[in-house]
Amino acid sequence: MQYLVSVIDDKSNPGSTDRQPAISAFNERLIAEGYWVFAGGLADTDAATVIDNRGEQAVFSDGPFVESKEYLAGVWVWEAPDLDVALKLATEASKVCDRKIEVRPFL
Amino acid sequence: MSDVEEAITRAHHEEWARVVAALTRRFGDLDVAEEAAAEAFATAVERWPADRVPPNPGAWLTTTANRKAIDRIRRENKRDDKHKEAQLVYDNTPPEPLGAIDDDRLRLIFTCCHPALAMQARVALTLRMLGGLTVPEIARAFLMRETTLEQRITRAKAKIKAARIPYRVPAAEDLPARVSGVLTVLFLVFNEGYLATGPDTDPVRHDLTTEAIRLTRLIRALLPDDGEVAGLLALMLLTEARRPARVSASGELVTLDEQDRGAWDATLIAEGHRLVRERLAAAAAGVVPGRYQILAAINAVHTSARDIRDTDWSQVVALYDQLVHLDSSPIVALNRAIAVAELDGPEVALAAVDRLEDKLAGYHAYHATRADLLRRLGQSQQSRAAYDKAIELAGNTAETANLTRRRDQLR
Repeated sequence: MQYLVSVIDDKSNPGSTDRQPAISAFNERLIAEGYWVFAGGLADTDAATVIDNRGEQAVFSDGPFVESKEYLAGVWVWEAPDLDVALKLATEASKVCDRKIEVRPFL
Repeated sequence: MSDVEEAITRAHHEEWARVVAALTRRFGDLDVAEEAAAEAFATAVERWPADRVPPNPGAWLTTTANRKAIDRIRRENKRDDKHKEAQLVYDNTPPEPLGAIDDDRLRLIFTCCHPALAMQARVALTLRMLGGLTVPEIARAFLMRETTLEQRITRAKAKIKAARIPYRVPAAEDLPARVSGVLTVLFLVFNEGYLATGPDTDPVRHDLTTEAIRLTRLIRALLPDDGEVAGLLALMLLTEARRPARVSASGELVTLDEQDRGAWDATLIAEGHRLVRERLAAAAAGVVPGRYQILAAINAVHTSARDIRDTDWSQVVALYDQLVHLDSSPIVALNRAIAVAELDGPEVALAAVDRLEDKLAGYHAYHATRADLLRRLGQSQQSRAAYDKAIELAGNTAETANLTRRRDQLR
């Protein structure tokens, strides 16, 4: 079972910026224990572009699809046998990243 | 009630959770399990009056429910995957190895009370899947629309499936926290029954308190060594024991000091006291008691006293002191202050209560406590204002009646 694990930051109350060494160590462990599928940090939401090509022609708009105080700062994809395993890892991940984490199963 | 009806009711109480739990493990699907169990009981209602009650109702129900589940899966699979059908029907894979406790009902409890589900969904699922209450019954108990409740249950079951919430007893290291989550659900059901809210409900919902006790007894049977399970069961029994004296003939809540203690249920009290003694012995041997055990001990002090003056208030305050260490909530502090009033007088208690204003200004019991203490200190005008506030916030009809009378007695 694969889970999308989103790291959520808060513009008005951002998490600390010195987490990279701890995150790298955590990633090493995810790989060693077989949970790691993919990981990536994301550039600021200002760098996002939304494309809507449902109509006659494609419309590009600057910025993220939804403006909010809280935003997606990075993602993991984990392979885990069930939600309890994923939640346990996510509990650690939240400490490691100093940010909120959302766990969502893939179909 | 005829013998057959009685047998069906008893089977429903004793076997529902077992049937649902066994089917869930076999078919890996709460929906299939729930529907097949319901169909099996409907078949029993149809057949047993004519065919006589089977010698082993539990086995009959499980077999019938299994057949119903297979029928349903066959029907559904005609539309899609033949291969999957064969797998499901002939699945003879042995159950996963378990820890000390091997009972499917325990898996069902932990799945229904999973922390990833919203609290209301946990309550609804637990009452439906374990308690066997119907959707209309649960909706009535919680003053919800049936469609809303049905949606909530459907959504919870869908999440269990999509997110793969496991059907498993948690590992030993996670067990205390997860058991505590289960007990929270059961205590919530009990409390809603004991002090029901809403203008049109009975002040005490016997159906909910009884169901909460029944499910807690089940967990006690499955986890006999868990002190907090014993504590919660004792707490519920000692509280339920006072139910006959709790509401007057005119529908008014009767507070502990005015209750007719002769009307308390001696059997429930004896059982509750037995459990409390068991936990006291464990505490004496060095096991640190949790909050339910302490609350049960406080209740045991009350149920051991002949009247309010005979109550060992220093013991009650000492137990609250212990509780404050575990649970720093203002409600615990409020209840401690009520006991302090009996030990050190209303003035000391009022000072402690007033310190809680920031946190409890929206809670009716805060104002009711202040009103009572102010009345005892002869401050009628302030007491009346506090009663007004308490009446405005109270949701329970019997409690409102009690507060109103007390207010109107002020000069």
